[in-house]
Amino acid sequence: MTEKLVIIGNGMAPGRMLEHLFEYAPGRYDVTIFNAEPRVNYDRIMLSPVLSGEKDYEQTIIHGDGWYIRNGIVLYKGHKIVAIDRATKTITSDRGVSATYDKLVIATGSVPFILPVPGNDLAGVLTYRDLDDVNAMLLAAQSRAKAVVIGGGLLGLEAAAGLQMRGMDVTVLHLMPTLMERQLDAAAGRLLESALRERGIEVRTSANTKAILGAKRVEGIELADGTVVPATLVVMAAGIRPNAGLAKTAALTVNRGIVVDTRMRTSDPDILALGECAEIDGHTYGLVAPLYEMAKVAAATLAGRETSGFVHSETPTKLKVTGIDLFSIGDFADGEDRQDIVLRDVSAGVYKRVIIENDRVIGTVLFGETLDGAWFNDLQKRAVNIAGIRDTLIFGQSYQGGIPQDPMVAA
Amino acid sequence: MSTTTGTRTVRTTCPYCGVGCGVLAEATSDGAVNVRGDPEHPSNYGRLCSKGSALAETIDLDGRLLAPKIDGRTADWGEALDLVASTFSRTIAEHGPNSVAFYVSGQLLTEDYYVANKLMKGFIGTANIDTNSRLCMASSVAGHRRAFGSDTVPGNYQDFELADLVVLVGSNLAWCHPILYQRLAAARQTRPQMRVVVIDPRRTVTSELADLYLPISTDGDVALFTGLLAWLADHAALDHGYIAAHTSGFTEALVSARAVGLDGIARQTGLPIETLLQFYTLFAATSKVVTVYSQGVNQSSSGTDKVNAILNCHLATGRIGRPGAGPFSVTGQPNAMGGREVGGLANMLAAHMEIENPAHRDRVQRFWRSPVIADKPGLKAVEMFRAVADGRIKALWIMATNPVDTMPDASAVEAALKSCPFVVVSDILAETDTMRHAHVALPAAGWGEKDGTVTNSERRISRQRPFLARPGETRPDWWIISQVARRMGFANAFGYESPAEIFAEHAALSAFENDGARDFDIGVYKNIDREAFEDLQPFQWPQPRQDTPAETRFFGDGQFFTPDRKARFVALTPALTQRTSAAFPLILNTGRIRDHWHTMTRTGKSPRLSQHLAEPFCELHPADAAARGVGHADLARVTTSHGALTVRALLSTRQARGSIFVPMHWNDQFASQARVDALIPSITDPVSGQPASKHIAAQVAALKVRNFGFAVLRRRPQALDADYWAIAKCNGGWRIELAFERDREWADFATKLFGCSPGTELSTYHDRANGQQRFAFFDSRGLVGALFLAPQPVAVSRDWVAEQLGSEFTDRRMHIGLIAGRPGNDVPDRGAIVCSCFGVGAKQIAAVARSNCRTVEAIGVKLQAGTNCGSCRSEIKAIIDAHNLQPAE
Repeated sequence: MTEKLVIIGNGMAPGRMLEHLFEYAPGRYDVTIFNAEPRVNYDRIMLSPVLSGEKDYEQTIIHGDGWYIRNGIVLYKGHKIVAIDRATKTITSDRGVSATYDKLVIATGSVPFILPVPGNDLAGVLTYRDLDDVNAMLLAAQSRAKAVVIGGGLLGLEAAAGLQMRGMDVTVLHLMPTLMERQLDAAAGRLLESALRERGIEVRTSANTKAILGAKRVEGIELADGTVVPATLVVMAAGIRPNAGLAKTAALTVNRGIVVDTRMRTSDPDILALGECAEIDGHTYGLVAPLYEMAKVAAATLAGRETSGFVHSETPTKLKVTGIDLFSIGDFADGEDRQDIVLRDVSAGVYKRVIIENDRVIGTVLFGETLDGAWFNDLQKRAVNIAGIRDTLIFGQSYQGGIPQDPMVAA
Repeated sequence: MSTTTGTRTVRTTCPYCGVGCGVLAEATSDGAVNVRGDPEHPSNYGRLCSKGSALAETIDLDGRLLAPKIDGRTADWGEALDLVASTFSRTIAEHGPNSVAFYVSGQLLTEDYYVANKLMKGFIGTANIDTNSRLCMASSVAGHRRAFGSDTVPGNYQDFELADLVVLVGSNLAWCHPILYQRLAAARQTRPQMRVVVIDPRRTVTSELADLYLPISTDGDVALFTGLLAWLADHAALDHGYIAAHTSGFTEALVSARAVGLDGIARQTGLPIETLLQFYTLFAATSKVVTVYSQGVNQSSSGTDKVNAILNCHLATGRIGRPGAGPFSVTGQPNAMGGREVGGLANMLAAHMEIENPAHRDRVQRFWRSPVIADKPGLKAVEMFRAVADGRIKALWIMATNPVDTMPDASAVEAALKSCPFVVVSDILAETDTMRHAHVALPAAGWGEKDGTVTNSERRISRQRPFLARPGETRPDWWIISQVARRMGFANAFGYESPAEIFAEHAALSAFENDGARDFDIGVYKNIDREAFEDLQPFQWPQPRQDTPAETRFFGDGQFFTPDRKARFVALTPALTQRTSAAFPLILNTGRIRDHWHTMTRTGKSPRLSQHLAEPFCELHPADAAARGVGHADLARVTTSHGALTVRALLSTRQARGSIFVPMHWNDQFASQARVDALIPSITDPVSGQPASKHIAAQVAALKVRNFGFAVLRRRPQALDADYWAIAKCNGGWRIELAFERDREWADFATKLFGCSPGTELSTYHDRANGQQRFAFFDSRGLVGALFLAPQPVAVSRDWVAEQLGSEFTDRRMHIGLIAGRPGNDVPDRGAIVCSCFGVGAKQIAAVARSNCRTVEAIGVKLQAGTNCGSCRSEIKAIIDAHNLQPAE
């Protein structure tokens, strides 16, 4: 007898989970999905190229309608779940559809952080989360007017670049002194800043938004120092929060995100959570690699397979802005036992830095040339002792394995 | 002027070593010069060594002296010549003829040499003319004269090929006379019965050819060959008939030779008795023996005795002047032999006549119709510079040589020049370590511009012909000397208008009242005119008459040039020479390397010659190095009682324990402190006056520095602010080795070093914990300069980095590849260049050797390495051997 699997959310993580599940335990579950967005599973990472016009939506679809049909999945598009009744193992959507489950998977993702400032609800203030946000931005961009992006992190910069490519005059406001300070060291942050300026994007760092100005529509932003930056469109990209409200209401254990064990089980053993909404061992995740790892573990759990469970690892960051190559992984804080190797070429716009502790790579920033990102990621993941290749390390994989250089001239 | 359409090929002669190879030089109308071996020249039959092959790279005008200078300001010829003539005349008038001197060179042409010698000995009236040949040939000259009564090389190059045993004594023939070495190697391959013995304290690349290698103790040669004489006598290997008919003094020589005994010989030579007997047996059993010797014999306080010890053995066996048999001195300079023929040494007169012989003096004076004639030997090189130092010589004219770098006790020579009231220097370069001290600098014509003759080691006279226009105000040396002579009042005797006239006069003097009394006779050319001189084909002397043969040998008939026409044995008693002490326990040996010549004034201009060994070095045994804390590629401080220098330590088991080797070439133009002659005391051979440049007591210590550096740069820097530096030419610029005792502000240092202008683009690499710092500067043309720093000797692919000076950097991201200091895996790393002709590196050769090419020939087929000049073939073989990949035979 088949079991009923119900999934709340239709993002990339549950999509990948189902692929694994159908491989591990074909036919074991009847699957029902409720998607708050009115569409199939698409590649959210590709939102930035869609915004910039380098891709269109169709190119981002991971699972088309046919896939759901072939796998006998019932997909409710545009249904937001409003309640989970754990006693009866029933969930209910905002459109009044209910479903009972044997196993429930919560994959509600994250929500953008909205700055608690006056004017944050004005028309023309958007977030950057899904295709609807992109469509709204594209509409606003048609005016060719002035956009302000609040937040100089990965998402904000991608939004800024996309809007700029759509012909808008874009300013990025960033609270911290350098851009992407969580992923980059200050030097790389400044290089990124000038690369953005070169593309025509205005950047203001240490910019603290005090209020969003405007009568009905947004007209500008006032900074703490009194400066007013005119704007016809404001994109809030100042961070995300796990979307855990529903779980909390259902009295599951919730911290920042929905607390799960390494097999992706919440405090209710019949309910799993994965994706941006889940919290494991104090960590929440926003990048696709760990989310796909969660998907694999969750599928194994549902299939009753042995799994070593989810293991935390550093995940590299890549900025998806055409013409700006940026890769970063690990830790850049200074420390007594930490050494670094720095390679810099201002005119080529290249900056590379590797942080080393006990002959192991613990952090890498590559700016301007990122081909070796995967290689550095691998060295760090495997904790390879790099003492023997230190002199060629920063030059990347294609410099390894050569004959050692003899310092003797007169051989 | 004829119209310059297309190219003109000129037959000329190589200006480097004494092999005297024929060169075909082509100067095209667009100024390009091509050089290749002359297939018809009997020295080389078309081959050229690495140095000869690179001649076209050495004739640019960079650094040339193009106009006369007086005290540093440009002057015209009239003023400069007047000043030289009047100062010499006045000095002679006030202080006598012995207060002036000429110090000349084996690189002068015979015609230049003849005029200089004539002016000094016949018109100024002193024999104070000596030559840098004193530093390389004098012991051979003296030895020849003691034994033969004349300075005669008996054999010719064919003897190398006809011999059944070739003994190389103190000769790194592979590097110093590469074409002779290749002729020998080729002959040995076609004649399997031929054996080669190499006798040298150093296991040089020449020993690769040896069937028997004798690692003799320094200066053990007299013992080895006197021991051989005694052994030959004891084993019935003598030619008693020859000894009786054609020699004198044998009994005394044998008595002396027997005095030491085999055990003593073994002790003095440092060779086991078995090894001695192997050599002695081989020598005794082989009638066709050629003994080739060079600086290891000559540059010694017992140099003349060494020569005679060798000659004794050949005389005692009658193995002289016959095809494939004879002693053979090979010379180091292109015209050392020509200088000896004109008499350009302080203890000779002219045309192989003797200064001490009144009849000879009378004859020469009558021939020259000269007012005076020098009647006693002048000051030999070392004595001459001592006389400059103590003020006896007040006017000195140096021509075509660089004594501040090449004389022993070179710092004292430099001080002497500083103190000398009047120093004239004729040279092709504006800046040399000697030229710095010139009151008058005279711009000489150089190779490719000059017109005259040279004589090689087998007495073959060949033409050097011009194929380039003389640049600026440069003039041939014979013209300069003649002009001074005219202004000193000797116009009638120095009215020469062409080198042909001078050569004809030289030939006439050689034949003057000769009739077979003197070996040197080229009388057949005494009436040669300009046209015939232009067409003169290479020929061996003697050529007294039209009917003389093309190939010649001396003494086959047992007739020598002593009064009784008999060769003289010289009785020799070998003795140990002890120079080392507790303070200076090592023996310092000096010499040449493969791709440089003398003080690098020419080879230093060639990128491909500069890449073989781009830095001065001290070769020492790993155990001696370890005992002194000297590591691989560390800097070594070499000290002697006379001075110190800093060079790279090259650890090698080719070097015997207790001895070290430093090349002679580097000087202040190319390194911070590498003039090895400044370390050499003025110990000379008592007979020849030749300095002992290969046996100096020395000590080595590691020079500890904070930072090592390597830089490549487009423009040569004005000054080098480093505690150690050595600079070498490369394609597109220069490469520099550096070391620093203190940290510097490196970015500033690099900016200054490269002379960067604003707008230069910079790449940097820092690994501070490891002390690694790198800077590279680029502009629109490409790489301006790159500096690599490390607390240890810098490990980068030097040749690859240097090549990037000529590369295009189409994408700025390529900057980063440069600062990596090595090619990525997509580009092969050639390693240190072994084959200069085709630019093939050690790593390439090793890789191919590892695959399947296990002979030098196979490597040549695969990589071309060693297939042009062949100078690197022994090194290629050494690389194959090092990988233990020799085929089992």
